[in-house]
Amino acid sequence: MTQLTVDGVSLGYDGNTIVRDLTFGVNNGDYLCIVGENGTGKSTLLKTLLGLHKQTAGTIGLGGGSKRAGFGYLPQQKDIQKDFPASVNEIVLSGCLSGCGLRPFYTKKEKALAAENLDKLGIAGLADRCYRELSGGQQQRVLLARALCAAKTMIFLDEPVAGLDPQATKEMYDTIFALNHDGGMTVVMVSHDISAAVEYASHILHIGKTSCFFGSSAEYARDFVRREGAL
Amino acid sequence: MNIFEKLAYYLQFPFVQYALIVGVLTALCAALLGVPLVLKRYSFIGDGLSHVAFGGMAIAAVINLTDNLYLIMPLTVVVAVFLLSRGSRAKIKGDAAIAMLSVGALAFGYFLMNTFTVSSNIAGDVCTSLFGSTSILTLTTGDIILCSIMAVLVIAVYIVFYNKIFAVTFDADFMQATGMRSKAYEVLIAVVIAVVISLAMRLVGSLLTSALIVFPALSAMRIFKSFRSAVICSAAISVFCAVFGMLVSILWGTPVGATIVMTDIAVFALFYVGGMTIRRRV
Repeated sequence: MTQLTVDGVSLGYDGNTIVRDLTFGVNNGDYLCIVGENGTGKSTLLKTLLGLHKQTAGTIGLGGGSKRAGFGYLPQQKDIQKDFPASVNEIVLSGCLSGCGLRPFYTKKEKALAAENLDKLGIAGLADRCYRELSGGQQQRVLLARALCAAKTMIFLDEPVAGLDPQATKEMYDTIFALNHDGGMTVVMVSHDISAAVEYASHILHIGKTSCFFGSSAEYARDFVRREGAL
Repeated sequence: MNIFEKLAYYLQFPFVQYALIVGVLTALCAALLGVPLVLKRYSFIGDGLSHVAFGGMAIAAVINLTDNLYLIMPLTVVVAVFLLSRGSRAKIKGDAAIAMLSVGALAFGYFLMNTFTVSSNIAGDVCTSLFGSTSILTLTTGDIILCSIMAVLVIAVYIVFYNKIFAVTFDADFMQATGMRSKAYEVLIAVVIAVVISLAMRLVGSLLTSALIVFPALSAMRIFKSFRSAVICSAAISVFCAVFGMLVSILWGTPVGATIVMTDIAVFALFYVGGMTIRRRV
């Protein structure tokens, strides 16, 4: 079932178009990796899919009962968060907020969901720790746990391994793969790591300065990468 | 008379009691809002708004409005919403716009008060509205009721929207992406800050208002590591400093606003050193 259809979408800032006429779709259970060089508009595309940024042309359709309230999002780290006094628990719980409506406090069920996601990512022991004192890999896991609290069907990840050491990177990729493969979560991820994308993802969207590619990762490895010599 | 007898003597007067009540409520509101304000890098907006409030006070003085809060509060709220809703697309960038607005309002206010006022003591009036001096001790019952209602309202809004305020402060993009209206909550914060500033102006004067908002939050953040504990500590620090500062100023005749802010600074210095020693030991 199609969860997201992107039809003829162009992206840009201040009248400059950076991505032109993009068409692709994401189905239930897909693992789509968006790759490309820096500055080609990968993150902008992700933000547009999430409704944080307006496309300059084209339409983005949500299908199969998807609603923004059922999306999870792992953004890139922000400066503001470096000295933020917040406990891991407070941050992960805030992922449940979209289900709260006007209710001011979290229910037992939401607290249980937060604890469950902490457990799933192996950071249950960090629940009362201060976010700013954690390592980069732990911080990413906290933000992923928050995203999982919000995600019902689909999760969007923006460079989830940026700044992580090789060991933490591998663990992060395995975790995301398990979420998709075992948990049935649809994953849309922005990355510049093409070899990992080919290894883990089911589909690849390559945004290049001159040409774009969309298809399964096997097709991508066979046709596009060889032709462009990108790998 | 020793100090305690003197204190007991002064505390009998209703105007001193009123001042303490209003002072505590105002300081509490300012400190609560201070934490998200500092974390969201909005401190400058708070400063700009307090100058706008001075402009509003000048207008109120010129048209001889008996209760100037009715003019200052809506004006500050409108400017706060305007500043936040301009977004990043605006031609003049945020900090420059705020600088323009705050000096502009200061000049406009002083100009108005000098040119049109009927008062015989312009310098005294200006000084009072900039530094608060004695205005907290001349409150009427109407003032107290209005101030208390607004303060209770601010605290109620803060509690009801506490989780949303945390989320929009920590990561507004995430909030928006998961289907919530983060912009609406940012505007809510702006409106509440504007209300708090117009209240705090009576206590410490418009130039010192942002100290009341920023210092307790910064002190608390030196030591506390979760949002909730930082908020609670910030509120406690602020109330302590307000009471301490007001009592000192009543006993020794020092200017109220400046004394409270000096106390806030001393506490900040204490927490700064404390935070450093804790971190070194870990």
